[in-house]
Amino acid sequence: MASMTQNLAPEDARNAAREVRKRRLQAFFFVVPLLVFLIFAFVAPIATMLYRSVHNPTVANLIPQTLAALEDWSGEGVPDDAVLIQFAADMKRMANDRTSGQLADEINRALPGMSSVTKSTARALRRVDDAEIAANGAAMLLEANARWGEAATWRAIRDAGPIYSSSYYLTSVDLERDRDGNIVQRDTQIYVQLYTKTLKMALIITGLTIVLGYPLAFFMAHASSSLANFLMVFVLLPFWTSLLVRTTAWIALLQTGGVVNSTLQWFGIIDDPLQLLYNEFSTILAMTHILLPFMVLPLYAVMRGIDSSYMRAAISMGSTPLGAWSKIYLPMSLPGLSAGALLVFIISIGYYITPALVGGTDGQMISNIIAFHMQVSNNWELAAALGSLLLVLILVLYWLFDRFVGTDNLKLG
Amino acid sequence: MKDLGSETFLRFDNVKKSYDQKNLVVKGFDMDVKEGEFITLLGPSGSGKTTVLMMLAGFESVTSGDIAIGGKSINRTAPNKRNIGMVFQNYALFPHMTVAENLAYPLSVRKMPKAEIKERVAQYLALVELSEFGDRRPGQLSGGQKQRVALARAMIFQPSLILMDEPLGALDKNLREQMQFEITRLHKQIGFTVIYVTHDQTEALSMSDRIAVFNDGVVQQCAPPSELYERPVNAFVADFIGENNFVAGQVTQIKDGIAQVKTDAGLIAARAAEGLADGAACRVSIRPEKLFIHPTDHAHDNALTVTFNTRIYVGDFIRYYFKMPDGTDIIVKVLNDLSAPEFGDGAQAQLLSLTHDCTAFPAG
Repeated sequence: MASMTQNLAPEDARNAAREVRKRRLQAFFFVVPLLVFLIFAFVAPIATMLYRSVHNPTVANLIPQTLAALEDWSGEGVPDDAVLIQFAADMKRMANDRTSGQLADEINRALPGMSSVTKSTARALRRVDDAEIAANGAAMLLEANARWGEAATWRAIRDAGPIYSSSYYLTSVDLERDRDGNIVQRDTQIYVQLYTKTLKMALIITGLTIVLGYPLAFFMAHASSSLANFLMVFVLLPFWTSLLVRTTAWIALLQTGGVVNSTLQWFGIIDDPLQLLYNEFSTILAMTHILLPFMVLPLYAVMRGIDSSYMRAAISMGSTPLGAWSKIYLPMSLPGLSAGALLVFIISIGYYITPALVGGTDGQMISNIIAFHMQVSNNWELAAALGSLLLVLILVLYWLFDRFVGTDNLKLG
Repeated sequence: MKDLGSETFLRFDNVKKSYDQKNLVVKGFDMDVKEGEFITLLGPSGSGKTTVLMMLAGFESVTSGDIAIGGKSINRTAPNKRNIGMVFQNYALFPHMTVAENLAYPLSVRKMPKAEIKERVAQYLALVELSEFGDRRPGQLSGGQKQRVALARAMIFQPSLILMDEPLGALDKNLREQMQFEITRLHKQIGFTVIYVTHDQTEALSMSDRIAVFNDGVVQQCAPPSELYERPVNAFVADFIGENNFVAGQVTQIKDGIAQVKTDAGLIAARAAEGLADGAACRVSIRPEKLFIHPTDHAHDNALTVTFNTRIYVGDFIRYYFKMPDGTDIIVKVLNDLSAPEFGDGAQAQLLSLTHDCTAFPAG
């Protein structure tokens, strides 16, 4: 190229460059709406989530002076009276601002049972005179509830203080800091187990969609186009019905008095109804059904492009049909297979609605616990940390996929 | 041809094929092929030639009749046990394997030792002059190179029979001629038997030992190229192979296989084709290069009086268009030399021909 520009007159080069710039600008304008949309709907929320998972200013905003006073405390025994008096004054202010509930939630997360303690103390201190608190605040606090006399309570308040904290990530992987600041296992192991189960279920669902989808796509790719289109309608049918309707249909089928159980009982195959709903089984079943099109569509698109002559060539050269399939057809259909598997796997890892409806307690996946922390326990920071971990997990899996299968081996239709 | 007997290597015996249980696509195909022959199945698309090839390869079942190789029926032999090499129009090179791996595939399926495979692959790459390309992927090759790899792959396991299904259909004209030469060279050098399917008659004429012309599921004529061109047995073959003029007329007399035909433009003595009846309407076929414009030094038996219409300059020759009295066109090819005559608009001309270059077919 360099030698070509040398042969170009400066004016021509300028013109050519201007043309290229113009074309780039035009191309850019085409994607501006999408870019704006993505920044608002995708980049910004994810950035907020990542930020939120380490940023929690609630306690620091509510009781800044108490936290400042607590800095000198050794961590053993009851803090000085000055600290207690400052805290009593803060409690009174919060009781009148109606913000004491927020503090109660925050402390309660670290130390269960502190919610009611905090609220009742706030109520007790609401109408007390300021001078009285300044003189006698420490005693009043201890009188309101004995737990204000425990070191653990104050440690919990102190540890909730920092605006930036890694504690939510530690919690997400079932770890915590002990009194000396060492990272140790938590007593209750919830999240690692849940991540593992989510991965396992996603793998099973991916495997099932392959087992069901590959032969179907193969058959459709080799059928006449009218038959293939007819079958395609059945594959796409789930896409055209509401997700909620499809999931409720599974409930109608699988529940204790549902179609499956009553049929089996009618034939006398079983005496008592089977527990088919609200467990892992029903979650996997319903999700396999819902995600099957994501496997079939890319597979079909790739297989449709594989001419029958490849298999015929292999067979004419002496290969058995099975050998020809594994050595020739499978590698050629791999782009579709890996695209389908990646789609199904990533979608199912973050799936929410189906496990929530048919999963019961057994079939819960990681996204259900994230929703729980956002809607019920109101712990958005932990939800954000769990969500960020899920994102990292998916990125790692994608990297592994790229490393071993290669994304250039991917064909999404 | 049935009397070749012991020499026969491949035999089709009244082979029929129906896909829909109602209509026959191949209506009773008979042919005996000798070892080392180059046979072309030629015909318009949908004439059944590819179906015959697919039945031979084993990818389509035989509805009735028998296909035998070396005297043994292969009707029930699985396609992977037939030991038949095959070349496809789209080459069917495995895109995820290198050229060398493609060539090694039929050998590794046969569990040949690695060292021997390597040696054989190198030998066949050299044979098709692609020794430098063993490590390339098919996607990095040109059309002609792909075709050569496909050929080498079909030959490398030394099958006694190689089938080619329009192998040059995807190539441009120059490359096609080059590859025709290449295939002929390999055929002569190695001596395998070839069944070649094409709809391109030039390809068929220049390469084959014998050509079977298909139409509508029936072989119209099976003969060496020159016989097919010079002595077509029916009007379809005469029309399908090469260019031809058809002159309508009436048979006035048939004697010793020579028919006297009365046409609007004059009398023609022509070889009588099978089925031609005295007094019946007929069509006389005369090739454009076998017609000469008066005056000429060529000997001639027949003369037709026609009107000059136009002439088209092609390059190495000139095409003259004349009108018969009934308005149909008659074309004459004249070599582009000093003898090419000039005509004024609507001038009369005499077209001369020899009796053995004219064939009279029954009309219709």
